[in-house]
Amino acid sequence: MSSHNLDVYMPILILMGVGVALVFGAIIFGKLIRPHNPTRLKEQAYECGEDPVGVAWSNFNVRFYVVSLIFIIFDVEGALMFPVASVFKKFNEIGRGGLLLCTLSLFVIILISGVVYCWKKGDLDWVKSFHLDLNKDSESKKVEA
Amino acid sequence: MNESLISYLSQFEGHQAFVKMASEMAGTDLTSTISFMIYLAAVLAVVGVMATIGGLGTYAERKISADLQARQGPNRVGPFGLLQMLADGVKMILKEDIIPRDADKFMFVIAPLLCIVGVFGSLAVVPFSSGFILTDLNVGVFYLLGISSLVGVGIFIGGYSSNSKWSMLGGMRGASQIISYEIPVTLSIIMIVLIAGGMSFGTLISGQGGFPHQWYLFHNPFTFIGFFVYFIGALAETNRAPFDLPEAESELVSGYHTEYTGMRFAFFALAEYIEVFVVCGVAVALFLGGYKVPFDLGNGEAFSALPPIIGKNIGQFLQLGSFFTKTLALYYVVIWIRWTLPRLRVDQLMTLCWKYLTPIALFNLLMVAVWVYAFEGQSMFELFSSMGSGSSGGH
Repeated sequence: MSSHNLDVYMPILILMGVGVALVFGAIIFGKLIRPHNPTRLKEQAYECGEDPVGVAWSNFNVRFYVVSLIFIIFDVEGALMFPVASVFKKFNEIGRGGLLLCTLSLFVIILISGVVYCWKKGDLDWVKSFHLDLNKDSESKKVEA
Repeated sequence: MNESLISYLSQFEGHQAFVKMASEMAGTDLTSTISFMIYLAAVLAVVGVMATIGGLGTYAERKISADLQARQGPNRVGPFGLLQMLADGVKMILKEDIIPRDADKFMFVIAPLLCIVGVFGSLAVVPFSSGFILTDLNVGVFYLLGISSLVGVGIFIGGYSSNSKWSMLGGMRGASQIISYEIPVTLSIIMIVLIAGGMSFGTLISGQGGFPHQWYLFHNPFTFIGFFVYFIGALAETNRAPFDLPEAESELVSGYHTEYTGMRFAFFALAEYIEVFVVCGVAVALFLGGYKVPFDLGNGEAFSALPPIIGKNIGQFLQLGSFFTKTLALYYVVIWIRWTLPRLRVDQLMTLCWKYLTPIALFNLLMVAVWVYAFEGQSMFELFSSMGSGSSGGH
């Protein structure tokens, strides 16, 4: 039985092996026929013809970080909901569907309250800080006037 | 239900006899070796077909966009320009392979590899027909969600490792977009898992039928909405317009693959086109009845007058036809959308995902659970028909 279970995963390994072989095969085969004459300019990062200024690995917008944090919460909840969802039909057939419905509703309500919380805090707005600055400017202008 | 290609083949006496004969000749049990060879052949066939579909995808993209913009499109290489994809392939492989001096070389090399491995891994569970599914894992859709996330990692690493500002911005956008839209997609899939009562593609499809009213798309009003949530999310996950911000050519030059040339770039493109096919195939399997053929012609029982080896295989070919027709029709819709709608802004993209699709998907999920509980898993049409017969019988 155990060998049978592993057999089921064999095509995946073969597929990935073929994928790796395809990528390396094409690149190594291409090496035989393609030109190779690197120059200093050619190897520069593309910045519309200018010399690149500094490196690209610098500070980036903190919004991306917030998005990934929200994603982790939702994805873990999603992963936990899969088992509940896949037994829901069977439980419903033996008359215990109400129990699972309550469990699932609890999960979904936690998720919904998470969305509402993030929404209220403004974490779902991409340009939150921009709006705040705009308001301050207009207020200070009013005061000056 | 078939677990994999091998369990389909082993129904036939010819296969069993062949395995037995080969084992006797070699003197050892060759069952697993022969399954390995069959899998390898099937994998090579699938990869060949998929590479062709990926190539034809680029051709179809250019031809359809030309049609929509009243142009000719590629028409010089071969009949109707059909060999354009081969010409492009030869051109790609002859191009110089440039790795930027400041790039992180190891990451730069493995980024397209990750994309290809992620996409090929997800091909393993795509149900082409009831017999021809490479492996029908019992965690099918869950596995698919996991393995296809590798593409997002590949895109982010590709953008990060190039050490170019355009690539970095593209990779950042790609990562945030792919993980954001994974939420509505996951929730829509959970909704279908809840109705079907299992995560394997065999279970998901066996609950549906060949006719549209038996599809999960029309199971209840919430799955109908859920299909569009899934489809929009899938477009965003494959970076297709109007969600192609990671490679927005008018603002980011070429996004995460700005620094990639030749074959490395070709693999990014190939991965994208195959991934579009995979998400269309999954949409067909989840919502549009998968490989089911009307009147149950797919299981081959209608052809029982013929010898079983022919009758069963006619059924399989009908199923393949059904699956590919629906999937390629969706593929056409994806291309059509790309050349019709303008690109979104980043803030609009995030608003659409977090303020519209995610709440809608959560609500859908809850309502589908209530529907399955209240009506014992019956679909709208089953309810209507039972209501009709019930009232005519009662009064």
